[in-house]
Amino acid sequence: MDTGDLGALLETLCPMFVLVDETGRILRVGPTLQKLRPDQQMAGKSFVDVFKLVRPRAVKSVSALMSLAGAKLHLKLHDTPSTALKGLIAPLPQGKGAVINLSFGISILDAVRDYALTSADFSGTDLAIELLYLVEAKSAAMEASRSLNLRLQGAMLAAEEQALTDMLTGLKNRRAMDVFLGHLISGSTPFALMHLDLDYFKSVNDRFGHAAGDYVLQQAAQIMIEETRSDDTVARIGGDEFVIIFRGLIDEKVLSAVAGRLIERLKKPMEFESNTCRISASIGTALSTQFVSLKAAEILHAADLALYEAKRKGRSRHALYSALAELGQEGTTTGTPSE
Amino acid sequence: MHGLINRAIQSFVCATYGQSCWLRVTEVAELGFVEFEAMLVYDDDMTVRVLDALCADLNRPRAEMLEDLGTYLVSHPKMEDLRRLLRFGGVIYVEFLHSLDDLSDRVRLAVSDLCLPALELREVSPTEYQLRCFPGLPGYSSVMVGVLRAMADDYGALAMLSHEGQEGAAEVISIVLVESAFAEGRNFDLGARKS
Repeated sequence: MDTGDLGALLETLCPMFVLVDETGRILRVGPTLQKLRPDQQMAGKSFVDVFKLVRPRAVKSVSALMSLAGAKLHLKLHDTPSTALKGLIAPLPQGKGAVINLSFGISILDAVRDYALTSADFSGTDLAIELLYLVEAKSAAMEASRSLNLRLQGAMLAAEEQALTDMLTGLKNRRAMDVFLGHLISGSTPFALMHLDLDYFKSVNDRFGHAAGDYVLQQAAQIMIEETRSDDTVARIGGDEFVIIFRGLIDEKVLSAVAGRLIERLKKPMEFESNTCRISASIGTALSTQFVSLKAAEILHAADLALYEAKRKGRSRHALYSALAELGQEGTTTGTPSE
Repeated sequence: MHGLINRAIQSFVCATYGQSCWLRVTEVAELGFVEFEAMLVYDDDMTVRVLDALCADLNRPRAEMLEDLGTYLVSHPKMEDLRRLLRFGGVIYVEFLHSLDDLSDRVRLAVSDLCLPALELREVSPTEYQLRCFPGLPGYSSVMVGVLRAMADDYGALAMLSHEGQEGAAEVISIVLVESAFAEGRNFDLGARKS
């Protein structure tokens, strides 16, 4: 068989072949390979002038190339787009040159786009079309899964939002407190509302990390549970903010004593992973009976004002809204809250 | 029934008859929700109830409705992805017809829990073919008639399709090719990317 017959045979079987003579000059290339450089006839040029050997790197000359029979070659085109190609070289008998069969490998996705290739450019036994099919099919399926995941995540966030428990501390959350407060007000049950803010919590978080911060919050929550009755409501309403509602308890002396105990216990250093975390608490307390027509926002605002006063006085303190009102710092007890 | 199939029905109804029609259908079918998720699996009964409600709402026979669904799956711009996947089957319409034998395997390659019934193409003459749809998905052959008709358009082939009834367990679709290069088909660019 002469090289003409061989070339015809190769054109049918492997449309990306290169047939070179013993000097490395290209005699003939497959139609698909030529399609990569439509304006530049490859036949007649030297193989190493058109293709650059990426691996094995050391090979520069044609004779060295011939010695790589059977080894996997990684090549590139010299000019852009420098599509990556895989290749295999098979020397012809009696040193009459060689056949190098090329394929795209992983660069196939870019190649079909860059060179507008069609199914007809691939041999019938090539898996290229199946690969392209699979990439598209899997991308479509992945897209559908991804959109489902996004929707599920949204639903999960909504469900968490609606749940009544604060996941970290096990206390009630803001939403639960709102509901409970609404019930108490509409049932005209007298109650006291304490707004408790942890002091120096941010510095624990900053110095020892969020794990330490979480631990401190859990310990603080435990203390609040222990220092209140089972039918009082303890809620975490913000990062380091808590509200305690004492149902049926409007005795300021008793409340001050509870507040004092809470502060005393929260001030005690907490050990977390050999770090000593020091926090404290400021508390403001308001009574439902201090308002003519009670609204949830009003009593929260009142407790907030008392808390602010406690902070202003130097933290680790408890302040009563009644004291503020008497001092005239808050002119009207039934006015619209500022929030 | 796989969510992809339910989702296809939902998408077809919304695009063809409008959102309000779909909401009526989901209510009559007592789904308890209005959106099928493509990647979840639902009770087969739900799909049956949806199709019953749809046929009643529009007062159209089921087979006709399912044929339209098949056409929609290939020809609607929203379904371009699916059209492309089908076009991978072959360069010309006849090649595409032959690729249908592998369709259920191809589908499983992409979505492993989506099982479509087996299809088998028989060549009666170079211009006449019969496609056997094996059982597993009621109404599948009606959908396939719509798909084959729309794909013929897509390839620019002129084909006549008809239901030939049952043969054993399989339902038979007859395909007569009048002209395989009747018109310029739609473009199929192997390397097209989504923008």
